[in-house]
Amino acid sequence: MNNRIKRLFSVATLRAFMAAVFVTWTMGAMAAGDTTQLLSANNDIGNQASLQRGARNYVNYCMGCHSLQYMRYNQLAKGLGISEDQLIDNLMFTADRPTDMMTIAMPPADAATWFGRTPPDLTLIGRSRGSDYLYTFLKSFYVEEGVPTGVNNLVLANLSMPHVLWELQGLQKAVFEDVANEDGTTTHAFRRFEQITGGILTEDEYNQFVRDTVNFLEYAGEPSQLERRRLGVLVIAFLLVFGLFSYYLKKEFWKDIK
Amino acid sequence: MSASIKDRPADTGARDGKLSQLVDWIDARFPMTKMMQEHMTEYYAAKNFNWLYVFGVLAMFVLALQIVTGIFLTMNYKPSAAEAFASVEYIMRDVEWGWLIRYMHSTGASAFFIVIYLHMFRAMMYGSYKKPRELLWLIGMVIYVALMAEGFFGYLLPWGQMSYWGAQVIVSLFGAIPYIGEGMAEWMRGDYFISDITLNRFFALHVAAVPLALIALVVMHILALHETGSLNPDGIEIKERKDSNGIPLDGINFHPYYTVKDLVAIVIFLILFSGVIFFAPEMGGYFLEHANFEPANILQTPEHIQPVWYFTPFYAILRAVPSKLGGVLLMGGAIVVLFLLPWLDRCKVKSIRYRGWTYKVALTTFVVSFIALGYLGMKPAAEPYTTLSRIFTALYFAFFLFMPIYTSREKTKPVPERVVYHG
Repeated sequence: MNNRIKRLFSVATLRAFMAAVFVTWTMGAMAAGDTTQLLSANNDIGNQASLQRGARNYVNYCMGCHSLQYMRYNQLAKGLGISEDQLIDNLMFTADRPTDMMTIAMPPADAATWFGRTPPDLTLIGRSRGSDYLYTFLKSFYVEEGVPTGVNNLVLANLSMPHVLWELQGLQKAVFEDVANEDGTTTHAFRRFEQITGGILTEDEYNQFVRDTVNFLEYAGEPSQLERRRLGVLVIAFLLVFGLFSYYLKKEFWKDIK
Repeated sequence: MSASIKDRPADTGARDGKLSQLVDWIDARFPMTKMMQEHMTEYYAAKNFNWLYVFGVLAMFVLALQIVTGIFLTMNYKPSAAEAFASVEYIMRDVEWGWLIRYMHSTGASAFFIVIYLHMFRAMMYGSYKKPRELLWLIGMVIYVALMAEGFFGYLLPWGQMSYWGAQVIVSLFGAIPYIGEGMAEWMRGDYFISDITLNRFFALHVAAVPLALIALVVMHILALHETGSLNPDGIEIKERKDSNGIPLDGINFHPYYTVKDLVAIVIFLILFSGVIFFAPEMGGYFLEHANFEPANILQTPEHIQPVWYFTPFYAILRAVPSKLGGVLLMGGAIVVLFLLPWLDRCKVKSIRYRGWTYKVALTTFVVSFIALGYLGMKPAAEPYTTLSRIFTALYFAFFLFMPIYTSREKTKPVPERVVYHG
């Protein structure tokens, strides 16, 4: 009798456990689902041509306001595989020497007055936000009446940044739909973007433009990443060989132990 | 090899080489050979250690790695609020091999906790904390607390958003203590909020005070271990059965047997470690949090503040209690009960192999609760996480509080006289 109660108890506890673990797990999965759906950037950090185009895009369209203050120009040249002369001719507009950091001339205090806040430095934005976020962000500007910049953004609502790339992308509006919930309330849900005016670039060209820019920002966030992966293969290959030797050494010594 | 090391005739002392003369010269003045023998070549450990027994050596290996990489980081890091964040990026970009050293150190911090948690789990499985090893367990627990302090101080140094706000939250916890709390928090920060002054003193604690304490404690831990001798998966005291030379029958020389075995473990560890360093240094935001790539901003809290993964089980316990003081006390209690383990466990049998079903269920409950709390500590303070945190907090404490009851009437199996070894 006593034993039966015990058995029952242990099975019940185990079941309670499994249930609790399962609930925790599914709740986590559900919570992860309700963030804004990000598009996949599909950028390739190993594609040097894309990095070069991205760097060009960045210095032409972004660097008026956003510095890359932890990045050196000559480090940029190294990563993009271009010579110092090419660097000076094509990418260095405000700096004197290739060893300079990629800072900007706009005083932060003035910028704060003009835009409402100082445009952040973007050296590490690829690491803090991720490429998919940046890619989605640059594709999610839409026209909104009554705001100073004329646009809003689906990913970063009520931002103070204008749509710098509007000439390239053209303008789009966001279509929202009121969806009735089970409890009687309604949700203002985003459905799709609709193009209002065309841009200089086609949709595919604009996507590629954004992809290259994001690719460059991912590189700028961690310039050592290509070298890191290359070195990693060698280190692990060495360790595997060394591990084999150490395993047989151990086996040889342990032969005697009975 | 035809004969084991311990079967060899004793060293006759006949030495004629230059090197041997030097050894003799030293031995007359410093107990070098004596210490080698006592702690390596003639330290006998049971021959049946399984893979869970490698984590002690791995923890020492990671400690050494952290100290060496830490020294090199210190050469380029600047402990000031104005320069800290930029100096870390300088290390990542301009210092030769700086990125590698930094990733080794940041990954090493997480690896240290993984290794220590498994080391502690091993002790709980095989009863390594039981008489006569209570003090060994206590010293180990002090090491664990020192390690948490080291991790906490170190996490502020990159001066990112999560560094800053994580430290802000944790220091402010002390403010919950009645009467002296606010003063204490202020004394710790050296300011009314986390500032340059705080960063500077956390740097001092991280690179000098705590590492010195850690090294001293590890030496004590090893001395205590070598005094009682290592236990084994069967929980049998091998010193109780010795041969005519006074050598435990089930014991083998730590060196070379366990040094060559631990070498294999170190290489396997390094392969996994390299996998993280070279291919996923952020480990999906668990080892290096994404928000920490933004410099500390005193005016803007991040969307979601959470400590690094190795603190989250305790963070979940803290948040499970509605009152702040209650939460702080319970969180402290969660660590204090671990210290009491040798006295809470009343069972005479050490190893889980020969213990009853109650302890097996209890230990499983504890491990599941600890992991679940770790997960819940990363989630926002909302339902259903709060309720789940409360359930698992209750289970965590139940493991300790009911231990004297369920262990004293445990139905154990007979323990064999000699260790089980299958070769």
